[in-house]
Amino acid sequence: MQRNDPLLRITNLEAGYANPVIGPLSLSVHAGEVVGFTGPNGAGKSTVLRVLTGEARCFAGDLWLAPDTGVACQAQSPYQGGELPLCGGEVFRLMGASPEILPPALRHLLPLRIDRLSGGQRQSILVWSVLGHAGRLVLLDEPTNNLDATGRELLISGLRQLDTERGALVISHDADFVEQVCHRIIKLTPEGRPSEEIRLRQAA
Amino acid sequence: MDLLFDPLFRLPFVAGLMAAIVVAITGLYLRLRAEWLAALGFAHLAGAGGVVGVIIGAPPLAAALGASVIAVLVKGALQRSGNDVYAWLILFGWAAMLIGATFTHHAKILGDALVDGQLYFAASAELWATLSIAAATAIALPLLSRSLLRSELFPGHDRTNGRPLWPVTVGFDLLAAVAIAVAALVMGVMAAFALVFIPAWIAFALAGSWRLAVLWSGLIAAALYTVSYVTALLADLPFAPVLVAIAAAAAPLRLLSKRLGPRPAS
Repeated sequence: MQRNDPLLRITNLEAGYANPVIGPLSLSVHAGEVVGFTGPNGAGKSTVLRVLTGEARCFAGDLWLAPDTGVACQAQSPYQGGELPLCGGEVFRLMGASPEILPPALRHLLPLRIDRLSGGQRQSILVWSVLGHAGRLVLLDEPTNNLDATGRELLISGLRQLDTERGALVISHDADFVEQVCHRIIKLTPEGRPSEEIRLRQAA
Repeated sequence: MDLLFDPLFRLPFVAGLMAAIVVAITGLYLRLRAEWLAALGFAHLAGAGGVVGVIIGAPPLAAALGASVIAVLVKGALQRSGNDVYAWLILFGWAAMLIGATFTHHAKILGDALVDGQLYFAASAELWATLSIAAATAIALPLLSRSLLRSELFPGHDRTNGRPLWPVTVGFDLLAAVAIAVAALVMGVMAAFALVFIPAWIAFALAGSWRLAVLWSGLIAAALYTVSYVTALLADLPFAPVLVAIAAAAAPLRLLSKRLGPRPAS
């Protein structure tokens, strides 16, 4: 892999389930940059991630992951807080993440059961454990769901300090959040086509 | 009272104790996957397999395990999770077990044993089966545990990293199916179901972490089993109904969760 090769390259991708719901779409994520992917509900933002996880079908185009990249993936979880005796520290161990990455303000959550946390506290534990995973490519799907102002600010700070050897694709309908953390934003139309690409800042 | 220490009863006691602990810990993961009905599904199909084994002259234990393995493969091929697959296994297994039991006297005896639970007649074959499945669980479950938990909280993470989930789920299903089949043959279908469902149900409420939940589940199963074994033997009652009644009576233990650990945040 060359230094300038992307961690993820998507070329003319058309993807969906029974039929395509998104595309044609091209984008790349390089080390040192955070790319945002926004659009209204139902535009197919999460479908790109689901192609990577094998849950959605690629009808045309190509999706390429750099070899030996390692992916830290936070898809929208079916887990919605039902009874589960799993503590925050164990969630970090599941992802092979060090709890040290968690901001000090959130560390008191580590010994607590995640089903006994508020929705926002639980979301913080899940997202930060993904950020703590060793994968160089970070995929986050609606990471600000349920977060309060403090949790959101902490996450913005964390993504801005992402290691320059890593890159992230952030899928979110939270336009303000995406603008604060991303180097580039790709906006989708309600029909699932890219409408514009906005470059906000220079990647590291 | 002397019966409790009679060497004749040591073998069934140990066989049942091993089976109880193994299925209770397995039950924790089935509850995690919302598949706790698996116990009844696999147990009924194992029962049907055992009865069919008797009819065709095959060893019932091997036939029961074979039926369970076939059920896992069918479930894997259907690529479905959740309880609906197990509901079909219960209906099919129950009908096949009871219809099959009408064909020969030996099949009827086995059918009755599966319903009543004939723990005291467990022989060395059952003991070896339970020890084997306990050893397999002790080796395999720690390897599968992380992936099973991760797939609930971070769906797609392993697949994105080129690690398909199906070897984990099929491996776990095989382990659960064989453990439940052995438990059902040793102590009866409903007793096996009670041990899959109730210790995990209590542990989910009480434990402060997954590691503690595994410990709670195994300890609760061992305690319920031992109390039931002694009670049934001393009172000369059939084991399975005694175990189910005592396990059901332990339900208020869940209320202790109000005293243990922090409550949900607002």
